[in-house]
Amino acid sequence: MSAEQTSPPVEGAGQFVRAAFSNASFVTGFVITALIALMALVSFVWTPHDVINLTVANRMQPISAQHWFGTDHFGRDILSLIMIGARNSIAVAFVAVGIGMGIGVPLGCWAAARGGWIDEALMRFNDVVFAFPALLSAIMITAIFGPGAVNAIVAIGIFNIPVFARVARAGAMALWPREYVLAARASGKSATLITIEHILPNIASILLVQGTIQFALGILAEAGLSYLGLGAQPPMTSWGRMLFDAQTRMMVAPHLAIFPGLAIVVTVLGLNLLGDGLRDVLDPRLRRQR
Amino acid sequence: MSLLEIESLRLSIGNFEILKGVDLHIDQGEVLGLVGESGSGKSMTALTLMRLLPELAQTSGRVTFDGIDILNAPEAAMNKLRGDDIGMVFQEPMTALNPVKTIGEQVAEGIRWHTGANRRDAEDRARAMLDRVGLPEVKFPLSRYPHELSGGQRQRVVIAIACALEPKLLVADEPTTALDVVLQAQILELLRDLVDERRMGLLLISHDLAVVADMADRVTIMRHGEVMDAGETGRILTEKAHPYTRQLAEASTHVPERVSRFIPPPLTPPHKGEGDVDVEGARGRWRYPTLLEIRDVTRDYAGRRRSLFSKPEPFRAVRGVSFDLHEGQSMALVGRSGCGKSTLARMILALDRPTSGSIRFGGEELTTKSEADLRPSRRNMQVVFQDPYGSFNPRHKVERLVAEPLHLLESQPSRSDRRERVAQALGEVGLSAADMDKYPHEFSGGQRQRLSIARALITRPKLIVADEPVSALDVSIRAQVLDLFADLNQRLGVAYLFITHDLAVARAITDQVMVMHEGEIVERGDTGAVLDDPQSEAGKMLVAASPDLDRALARRRAANA
Amino acid sequence: MPIWRGYDFHMTLFLSKRIAIGILTLLVASVIVFSIMEILPGDPARIMLGMNATPEALAALREQMGLNVPLLERYVNWVTGMAVGDFGNSYTYRSPVIDLIAERAVVSLPLAVISLVLSTVIAIPVGIFAAARRGRMGDTVSMGTAQVGVAIPNFWFALLLIYVFAVWLRLVPAGGFPGWAGGIWPGVKALILPAIALALPQAAILARVTRSAMLEVLGEDYIRTARAKGMPRRYVLWRHALRNAMIPVLTILGLQFAFLLAGTIIIENVFYLPGLGRLVFQAITQRDLIVVEGVVMLLVASVVLVNILVDIAYAMVDPRLRARA
Repeated sequence: MSAEQTSPPVEGAGQFVRAAFSNASFVTGFVITALIALMALVSFVWTPHDVINLTVANRMQPISAQHWFGTDHFGRDILSLIMIGARNSIAVAFVAVGIGMGIGVPLGCWAAARGGWIDEALMRFNDVVFAFPALLSAIMITAIFGPGAVNAIVAIGIFNIPVFARVARAGAMALWPREYVLAARASGKSATLITIEHILPNIASILLVQGTIQFALGILAEAGLSYLGLGAQPPMTSWGRMLFDAQTRMMVAPHLAIFPGLAIVVTVLGLNLLGDGLRDVLDPRLRRQR
Repeated sequence: MSLLEIESLRLSIGNFEILKGVDLHIDQGEVLGLVGESGSGKSMTALTLMRLLPELAQTSGRVTFDGIDILNAPEAAMNKLRGDDIGMVFQEPMTALNPVKTIGEQVAEGIRWHTGANRRDAEDRARAMLDRVGLPEVKFPLSRYPHELSGGQRQRVVIAIACALEPKLLVADEPTTALDVVLQAQILELLRDLVDERRMGLLLISHDLAVVADMADRVTIMRHGEVMDAGETGRILTEKAHPYTRQLAEASTHVPERVSRFIPPPLTPPHKGEGDVDVEGARGRWRYPTLLEIRDVTRDYAGRRRSLFSKPEPFRAVRGVSFDLHEGQSMALVGRSGCGKSTLARMILALDRPTSGSIRFGGEELTTKSEADLRPSRRNMQVVFQDPYGSFNPRHKVERLVAEPLHLLESQPSRSDRRERVAQALGEVGLSAADMDKYPHEFSGGQRQRLSIARALITRPKLIVADEPVSALDVSIRAQVLDLFADLNQRLGVAYLFITHDLAVARAITDQVMVMHEGEIVERGDTGAVLDDPQSEAGKMLVAASPDLDRALARRRAANA
Repeated sequence: MPIWRGYDFHMTLFLSKRIAIGILTLLVASVIVFSIMEILPGDPARIMLGMNATPEALAALREQMGLNVPLLERYVNWVTGMAVGDFGNSYTYRSPVIDLIAERAVVSLPLAVISLVLSTVIAIPVGIFAAARRGRMGDTVSMGTAQVGVAIPNFWFALLLIYVFAVWLRLVPAGGFPGWAGGIWPGVKALILPAIALALPQAAILARVTRSAMLEVLGEDYIRTARAKGMPRRYVLWRHALRNAMIPVLTILGLQFAFLLAGTIIIENVFYLPGLGRLVFQAITQRDLIVVEGVVMLLVASVVLVNILVDIAYAMVDPRLRARA
């Protein structure tokens, strides 16, 4: 018979948690992400070494039992710096994703609900934004408005908007012709109400997955900007900033560059694994519906 | 020895047993009908003998084709068999062809592979084969791409691929389920002719007893991975010795008990509006107020450009349709797929607006109203869709889903009032109040269709528009849902507009039928009269093409006598 | 079967529509770039010259930049100038921007092309291989590597490459560019590490996309039809699945080009390559706005151009797109 048995989506929190924690990718990603977040939180109250009161005698020390990752050109403990830098990297990426979602998702849903020229105009505008190499524009923005973490957030956030708008629109467009949406229209519900009740809950999972991807890209972008000296400014630090400082000292002290870079790799890897796992768990069908 | 012999075939995927010892055989030139409802394992049987099963499937038993042990043959030997000695036709023609290759390439490819012919010769053979399946060169050159063909034409290409090398056995897995009845009749005829002409064996898999009764020499009836009944078609389906066979046969010809026409309570005061008409009924003349008045409704869609400099020509899906529907009346709208019946339904439901014309519901013009002003009308008009899986938001519980149309009420009911109404609606469709707290995926297809009906009933509408409401259901479930529709019409007096391509459904529960063809209503009248003796060309074509178990068995007896 | 057999007016229509959209995109982009420069607080000439500029120098620069004419006219002059290749004069370099661009493009263009080719040549076979061996050792290993590759920032990877191949093994120079005058080889040698640093993280993404596109296509009904014809698995993979799977892969390739351009900005800085990326970065920090505007528009134009090429490639792969124009 033609009545095809579709796998039911995950319902209820309990079932979701069980499914998620039997997914290797999700578990690995979750553990890594949680550890990095925990590290950032702990750094507010404790770091292995003081990084404010400097002991210049300790400059550029190699890896040792006392300084697991060595020290930098000011004698600051690298492990401690990485813990503190995590705050900035995470905060920038998080707020940038928030900006992208907060503006992009409503725009995308609106375009899908209205269709016609509004949709067309919005998507064309998206094309325009996509035509700007994102990092180039971020460099422009931060260079013009001055380097710093806040401008980095705005610059990265702006380029998240079309990404979320596009994902939300595509998801919503696939749902509007669904029979349950038609039934809701036959029940006299407005486009806004239908979007809230039927569209958003059913695209939440793809948005969440996209969110983890953009979060990872945000961390990479922040690192890039800071590496060019346009992100976090001293005395603030971030992983990209540490690489900026390390660059000229690579020849003598490669450890300066290795550990902040590894921190980025591990975090981004964790987020990507988390995203892959979430996608598998939340809705395996979504990948087929593009 | 038979061409194909399957003995005690078992198949499992993981811990799930799909086939539990299936036996069947097909001789050369013989047509075997393999019948079963969803989950019976009939498609898996076909995939087993092609050895195209999912990777994790485990099989045991014996499958012998032309002396070859299929289950144990090396992959290379299977590649030689497939497409050369066994051809296969699938259910879904829209996706069965590679979208980026021309039909010529796709037919010629197998010929070249198996015979080693050069491109020219292979293309010549492909050309001949496409001609044979009814795709002549003038209109269908080898350079056509699948997207330029309709569903029926694509299925012909798939058949051409399957039959190109004159296989000894053709396996057709629900080859016409995705097509409308007229195309179904054409494709079945083509299959029958090819099988006769080339003395192929045919394994015809279908859920439709009427199709099998027309086509097959013998039938095998399966259920839950087991063979229930098997034997010569006429005998099996006439004697109905096996209880499951009887159940299937009865369900597929099921007509719910209902008085041929709804008799409304006496109207006080007698309604004598302009739209009233006298309707000839079995029990005398009754006056029904008009519920729905459709006048000259037309709907155009933007068309495709034919050339760079011409304006795109609009496609006219509905052309000047007019009709009335009265309270309590059950009306069928039948027609081939793409005839505009669903577009018309959407306009009646005010989900789409006509290009021109008027739609009045309960005296109110719908076409010019804003969404807010439509609310009172929407209360009296609800919808049931075809797909029991797609009609519900998978993330909401039944209570919320069924209560959705309550949004149309002037004042929102309290929570307890709401639950009470939902419970009542669920009771009406034969579900229990306890089902309110479940999610839709916890229900079977038939139960979901009951939920759809409960949702449609909750505002006590005067009209329910049902778009193919039973065509995705197994026959036994379909019979139950039809009973429910009939019962609600009788008890609650709700009028139906039933959109269907299945004349059996129309016959089962409607008083009147309209035949739609290329956007126009070409015939209308009492259901029995139209379906027994259609006057229009389109009506005749539909009736002739519709599979009908009793008629098929009668033809079979006549042929044997 | 020749790809162009399906060529007809639909293709013309499709192309003209894409080109029109491309031009529109460029126009909107020019408005954006122009307005960003306009909304800058203060006088652009003063920003460029700094606080200690003499009034004469300011006036001269204002004259040179055409700041004394109305806004709209200035915009029109700028756009029409660019259309004929006149991007204005750089203040800091004191030479026409178009000359600067030409001088730098001979570094950036080969770099971008080499990395794009490198990442495609690596990623697509790996993706196909992983899809064909789904769930087996080869798949797990290659996709595990790709998963890590996606997470590596290209500039950090570049630093590691420099350390290993330039500092430690002394196989290639650590940075700088000798120019093409001394022959092809020294130039290529200087571009090898930057190209690898750019290409490998991109290749990781592309390999993952290729694999998932292949897997998706391999689950389609028409693959089963081809198998039912008796075509072996490998044949079906190459002859039926691959071309269909190229559709999403092309999308990513188009998007990656923009990433790649952005990547060159950082990578050229890491390797001290005198390319467009470094030019624009330096121009931004030196507030040489005319250079910034010109190079940004050029980069945007190249992204638009690549997207049109991708669309043409789409239409060649997928006959349905040709028809849908």
